[in-house]
Amino acid sequence: MKRLLLPLLMMIATPVIAEEVVLGLSQDQVAITADFDGSEILLFGAVKRESPILQEPPLEVVIAVSGPSGPLTVRRKERKFGIWVNTDAVEIDHAPSFYAVATSAPFNEAMSNVEDQRHSVSIPRAIRSVGAPMGIDDAQSFSEAVIRIRTNEGAYQVLENTVSVDQQTLFRTSIKMPANLTEGDYPTRIFLTRGGKVISNYETVINVNKVGLERWLFDMSRNQPLLYGLMSLAIAIAAGWMASAAFQVLQRR
Amino acid sequence: MQIYLPIAEVSVNAFLLLGLGGMVGILSGMFGVGGGFLMTPLLFFIGIPPAVAVATEANQIVASSFSGVLAHLRRKTVDLKMGTVLLTGGLIGAALGVVIFNYLKSQGQVDLLVRLCYVVFLGVIGSLMFIESLNAIRKSRTNSGPPKRKKHNWVHGLPLKMRFRVSGLYISVIPPLMVGVLVGILSAIMGVGGGFIMVPAMIYLLGMPTKVVVGTSLFQIIFVTGFTTLLHATTNYTVDIALAVLLLVGGVIGAQIGTRLGTYLKAEQLRILLALLVILVCAKLALDLLLEPSELFSIGAAGGH
Repeated sequence: MKRLLLPLLMMIATPVIAEEVVLGLSQDQVAITADFDGSEILLFGAVKRESPILQEPPLEVVIAVSGPSGPLTVRRKERKFGIWVNTDAVEIDHAPSFYAVATSAPFNEAMSNVEDQRHSVSIPRAIRSVGAPMGIDDAQSFSEAVIRIRTNEGAYQVLENTVSVDQQTLFRTSIKMPANLTEGDYPTRIFLTRGGKVISNYETVINVNKVGLERWLFDMSRNQPLLYGLMSLAIAIAAGWMASAAFQVLQRR
Repeated sequence: MQIYLPIAEVSVNAFLLLGLGGMVGILSGMFGVGGGFLMTPLLFFIGIPPAVAVATEANQIVASSFSGVLAHLRRKTVDLKMGTVLLTGGLIGAALGVVIFNYLKSQGQVDLLVRLCYVVFLGVIGSLMFIESLNAIRKSRTNSGPPKRKKHNWVHGLPLKMRFRVSGLYISVIPPLMVGVLVGILSAIMGVGGGFIMVPAMIYLLGMPTKVVVGTSLFQIIFVTGFTTLLHATTNYTVDIALAVLLLVGGVIGAQIGTRLGTYLKAEQLRILLALLVILVCAKLALDLLLEPSELFSIGAAGGH
C-alpha cells in the first residue's frame, strides 16, 4: 500500500508546471535493413501552457538524442626509443555510441552550466569517466580525444541554432542518424529553458533495430555460433569451387 | 551501393569490397599468400572494427585459397603429401604458439614485440629473396648453359626419408615438419596465415620448385584459416558473413586470374615480385612505428589491454 501511495503523494507535492512539452516524432523506430544508409528523424512539438506567454526571458529548446552507452578503453601513443607505441590507457566508464544535441540558441545561452551539470546534456557531460589509473595526470585529454574522434566520424554532433521555435509555442528540428548506427534504445530528451534554467523536460525513446536478413544473421551468430561458422565456411568453399568451375568452362571455349 | 553489415554494424560500399577482394585474390593465386596482411589494414581503413576484420578475413581467405588450389590442382602444381606434412607441423606449432603468446601477454608489451619481430623478419626474408632472385635473373641472362645441379646440404643427411613426387624431392620428413611447426608458432603469435613465411621457407629451406610452392602453400592455408574462422565464430562472434560474401566473390575470381597470371611468369620473376611485396609490407609496418601518427589516441573495446 505504501508503495502505491508514495508516487501519488509525490505527484501531488510537485509544483504545478507552467509550461510542458507535447512531442511528436516522424518515427520512433529505426529499422536497419541490408541497404540501410542513415536515417533522418524529424522531432516536432508544442509547448502546452495554461497561463499567458512570458515574453522575457525567451523560451529556448534543447534536444539531446543519445545512442546506447558502454565502457571504452582509450589508449595514447608515445615515442619510446624512437618508435611510437601505446603507453597509457584510460577506461571511460560510460560513453554513448551516438550523441546529438540540437539547440534553438547557442548552447551556453540555452542552458546554464549548472543545469547542464544537473541533467548531463552537453557532450562532455554525457561521457563519464570515474578515475584515471595512477600516474596519468591528464585524464581529461583522454575523454577529449573520444569526443574529437567521434565528432570527426559524425557520431557526435553539436547542432546549435538548429531547433526553430515559432511564437514560443511550436518547435521542430531534424537529426541525421549516420549509417553506422548501433542497435539499441536511443533515449531522447527535450528541455524547455528560460534564461538558462530548465523549466520542463520530457523523455522518450527511439528504438533502433535490425530487421529481416540482418536480424536473422545477427541472431544466428549469437545463438548458434558453430552452425553460423560452418555456414560461413560452406559458403566460402562453394564460392571457391564455383569460380574455379566457371573459369574452366570459359577457358574451354 | 551501400550495404549495412549485420555484425560489424557499419554501412559500406559493396563495389569497393568486391574490388578489394578481387585485388587480394589475384595476389593470393599468384604467390600463394593468404593476403590477410594486406586486407586487414584496408578493412580497418574503411571503418570495420579490427576484431571483425581479422575474423572475417580468415573466412574470405578460405574461399580464395580453395579457388586457387583447384586451379593449381588442374595444373598438377600442388604437392598434397608435402602439404599434409607441413599442415601437421603447422597445427602443432599453432598450439605451441598460443602457449607462448599467453606467456608473452602475461609479461606485457606483447603487441610491440610482435610488431618488431614482424618488421625484422619480413625485412630479412624480403631482402634475401630479392638479392637471390635478382642474381638468378642475371645468371639466366648471361649464360643459358646447363641448369645447376641440385645442391646437397645437411638437410639431405637426415633420417626418415620420404619421396615427394610432385616436388621432385626425396628428403627426410623432419625439415618440412620443422618448417610447419615454426610457421605455426609465428602465425599464432603474429595472427597471420603464414603464407609469407611459408613460401620462402619452402623455396629456400626445403628446395621445392617455385611453381609447386604456391599451390601447396594455398592448400595448407585453407585448413589453417578454416580453423581460425570457426574459432572466431564460436568464441568472439566476430565473423561477418555479409562482409565475407562481398569479399569472397571478388576473392575467388581474383584467385583464378592470379593463378593464370602466375603461369606467364618465370620462377625468378615470381620470386622477385613476392620479395618486393614482402619488403613493401615491411616498410609500411616500419613507417607505422617510426612516423608520428596524426591521432595519438585510439578508442578500443573496454577490458582489452
